Amino acid sequence: MIAPNTLRMEKSASPGLVPVGPPSPGRALLTVNDLHVHFVQAGGVTRAVEGVSFSVRQGQILALVGESGCGKSATALALMRLLARPAGRVVKGEVLFDGVDLLKLSEAEMRERRGRDISMIFQEPMTSLNPVLSIGEQLMEPLIAHLGMNKQAARARSIDLLTMVGLTDPERRLEQYPHHLSGGMRQRVMIAMGLACNPKLIIADEPTTALDVTIQAQILELMRDLSRRLNIALIIITHNLGIVARYADSVNVMYAARLVERGDADAIFARSSHPYTVGLIDSIPRLDRPRQGRLSTIEGMPPDLMALPAGCRFAPRCPHRVDKCDHDPSLVAVEPGHLSACWRAGELVTGALQARATATDALLSIGPATAPVRVTVQELKRHFKVSAGRGWFSGAATVKAVDGVSFDIRQGETLGLVGESGCGKSTIGRAILNLDAVTAGSIIIDGQNIADKRAREVRRRTQVIFQDPFSSLNPRMSVSEIIGEPLAVYKFEPDAQRIEARVQELLGQVGLMPYMAERYPHELSGGQRQRVGIARALALKPSIIVCDEPVSALDVSIQGQIINLLDELQQRLGLTYLFIAHDLAVVRHISHRVAVMYLGRIMELADRDELYRNPRHPYTQLLLDAAPVPDPVIERGRRPRVAKGELPSPINQPKGCVFSTRCPMATVECSQAVPALRQIADGHYVACIKVEPC
Amino acid sequence: MKLGAITTSVSVPSRARPTGWRKMMQFATTQPLGAAGLVTALVMAIAGALAPLIAPYNPVAISFSDMLAPPSWEHPLGTDNFGRDILSRILYGARTAIVMGLVSALIGSTLGAIIGVVSAYFGGVVDLLIQRVVDIFLSLPIIVLALVVVAMLGRNLVLGFDFNLILAISIPIVPQVARVVRSSALSIREMAYVDAARVAGYSTRRIIFRHMAPNLMAPYLIMLTAFIAQAILLEASLSFLGLGVTEPSPAWGLMLAGNAVDFYRQAPWMIIFPGLAISLAVFSFNLLGDSLRDWLDPKARLR
Repeated sequence: MIAPNTLRMEKSASPGLVPVGPPSPGRALLTVNDLHVHFVQAGGVTRAVEGVSFSVRQGQILALVGESGCGKSATALALMRLLARPAGRVVKGEVLFDGVDLLKLSEAEMRERRGRDISMIFQEPMTSLNPVLSIGEQLMEPLIAHLGMNKQAARARSIDLLTMVGLTDPERRLEQYPHHLSGGMRQRVMIAMGLACNPKLIIADEPTTALDVTIQAQILELMRDLSRRLNIALIIITHNLGIVARYADSVNVMYAARLVERGDADAIFARSSHPYTVGLIDSIPRLDRPRQGRLSTIEGMPPDLMALPAGCRFAPRCPHRVDKCDHDPSLVAVEPGHLSACWRAGELVTGALQARATATDALLSIGPATAPVRVTVQELKRHFKVSAGRGWFSGAATVKAVDGVSFDIRQGETLGLVGESGCGKSTIGRAILNLDAVTAGSIIIDGQNIADKRAREVRRRTQVIFQDPFSSLNPRMSVSEIIGEPLAVYKFEPDAQRIEARVQELLGQVGLMPYMAERYPHELSGGQRQRVGIARALALKPSIIVCDEPVSALDVSIQGQIINLLDELQQRLGLTYLFIAHDLAVVRHISHRVAVMYLGRIMELADRDELYRNPRHPYTQLLLDAAPVPDPVIERGRRPRVAKGELPSPINQPKGCVFSTRCPMATVECSQAVPALRQIADGHYVACIKVEPC
Repeated sequence: MKLGAITTSVSVPSRARPTGWRKMMQFATTQPLGAAGLVTALVMAIAGALAPLIAPYNPVAISFSDMLAPPSWEHPLGTDNFGRDILSRILYGARTAIVMGLVSALIGSTLGAIIGVVSAYFGGVVDLLIQRVVDIFLSLPIIVLALVVVAMLGRNLVLGFDFNLILAISIPIVPQVARVVRSSALSIREMAYVDAARVAGYSTRRIIFRHMAPNLMAPYLIMLTAFIAQAILLEASLSFLGLGVTEPSPAWGLMLAGNAVDFYRQAPWMIIFPGLAISLAVFSFNLLGDSLRDWLDPKARLR
């Protein structure tokens, strides 16, 4: 990805990129000792970080892993002394960087180190660049401010940096503004800015969470490569265990403001010695293992950091809880270099304690191939007109969000729809829900065209579960109002008492406590909100549910709970799902059949097992390669195959096969005609002229 | 049928929603500033209502012997150039201010909010047409718009208040509120819960009034309270031009605008006290509006 000649930059006379000092494997660059961070608010004190210690060496990649609210970002901000004031404060601890305690420096001294010695890369590349300054201005600023370069030198260096992070045409990029660049390109610019002043340490807070899986792989490969070559210490903060397995040397798992386990990646994944880590690893669906009948989950929710339980914080959710857990365990070594804060760590690491819960029951047999077809989508097209240029007369361009998609879904089946952002998968979902008008094609549900005015009943039976549990519930309505509304509107229940009873029943079905009926959405956690969203959909007595990324906004342990719930509901109520997601492992877990989309078209459609065992389309293969697997041993054995390039703009779609611009197999013929979706084996469809039927 | 039903008894945090008096007390304790605003506004309303009982003088009685008298025990707030007692005129003026300000701001803002949310919900051609009409209204100065309405409609006394004057004051408010509410409604319309309501097949009326409108309370209340103040001032301006409340009726704006201009150097109390009354009214309504907005937001409550 990075041209080899950029490696030689250090020899050039211009202030190039120089490795930070000689490699010194033993010496810790950054040592954090017993860090405590509190947020003081009107409602009380949130103990965001408690007694966290770790150290990172040059050239090492350290991962801080944990779910939202576990204190991993607060730790990073405390290191940079960027905690939101006045609420956030470090109450105790020291942060030794090159032997100097950062917490004791004056603000001026700290400012000098920020950006120069330590830099930070944030999650959201869309908002972390200033939209009114050109890339060049933003990139040259730290060079001029910290290194005292003049404009020419800074410009030359900026071009070097952009080349280094793999951006093509760097000179032109300097003149461009952030909105000219895609998300992946912006994140590269952020990394270039992070590297600008030869930092010794880079802290990356969820650097790829906002990016697509193929772009994510590109960015992480780049960061690891840079860290190794320039001997930079890298702290990656993430919730994604796959990333950790692929890229981290040392892993620190945090739970409820504390470190619960630390070790090198192999030890953490192979011999997890804290029940929380075990639970986390087990609750993600895996591409590298046979599909389980049911995901094992961590029941319950993380504790409230304002009112923490006494003793081990994980004890209330722990399957191996014993009396001793009423007392706080400390972080102690279970084997050399592998620490755990669990009383039963010894039993876990030796395997004496059956840590891995076995699949409880095997739900979801193979797809009901004989069941009647419920949903038929025929040659669906959805085009948007957008203005192409700035002038009044520049005319309109057409964005083909969905361009000729056909499939059907059978009774009781789950069809998974996967693809990267902008591939049109959500647009299809919205079309089936009749939320947007379609440009061409038809959607037939139970024999009725849903666009038909008379198809009201069919439309009501087609319900939805949205991605974002925060915007999908009306903040002004209580849970019982939200779930009870359809019951009253459609007179499913005769009176208020029966409605109330039915609301309680629905709450039970989705695993919520009866008293939550009186709550408002903001009083619930993300997972609970998603359950309310499911109950609302169920209240309408649906038979078909469009699940639009229902778990991608949730934490790993909660994700497993929701997937299991959807699975159970399908079994009991005979529901039919269209499951839209970008996570291949999740889609494999829940779907009977899977359709892979790219730029508004279906690339491949097959039974779940067939698709994952025998992916035929180059794009499907690429997606599967890019998806990290939470097992460092497997990860090391995989070829680091990275998709080249960015997703093309939907306005200027490539001619012929839309994937031809990124396809490793593409030849001239590919850009001549749009390949049709052909059946190459029983029920296995591929839109690629290079794939031979078997 | 219940999946994973929870049968164990759980200590249920009681969330019974308070009613009536307890609700008032809750408002007072969580929003002390708002409660102060509410009390002030109530005091003014009561003072206006009971003006005939508590006012020391007839507000229109002219007494040339007491012309431009400074504040004293006999005339606590002094008298004006006709010798009328300013305290009495302020007390009676509270009626005009509260009724004119409150009613016209309420009519104008509510109408504007409905137009704004409807415009945003339907979008497309409906939105375009409504917004161009709004543009036309916004391009006219408020006072000119009000003048036209008053001139066209003439007088129409209802319960002693000129209803057409109220209309004249509320109509210029409508497009302003419509524009602001529309922009908020556009973002609410993109919320997934509005999509969910559409998928559920609810009527347009239900989606607009049950799902969108309550979430527009914040901009609505801010605009409403701001326009109460505007309405009081607009009423005063119209009165000054001879199209609103006419002399000798006591109205705060009129007291400021009329002959006070010629006399305020000799008798500053002629403008200080009506000015204070207007400021106090505006201030209290603004406090009330801010607190109501916070209080009606479930996210800010019960913290």
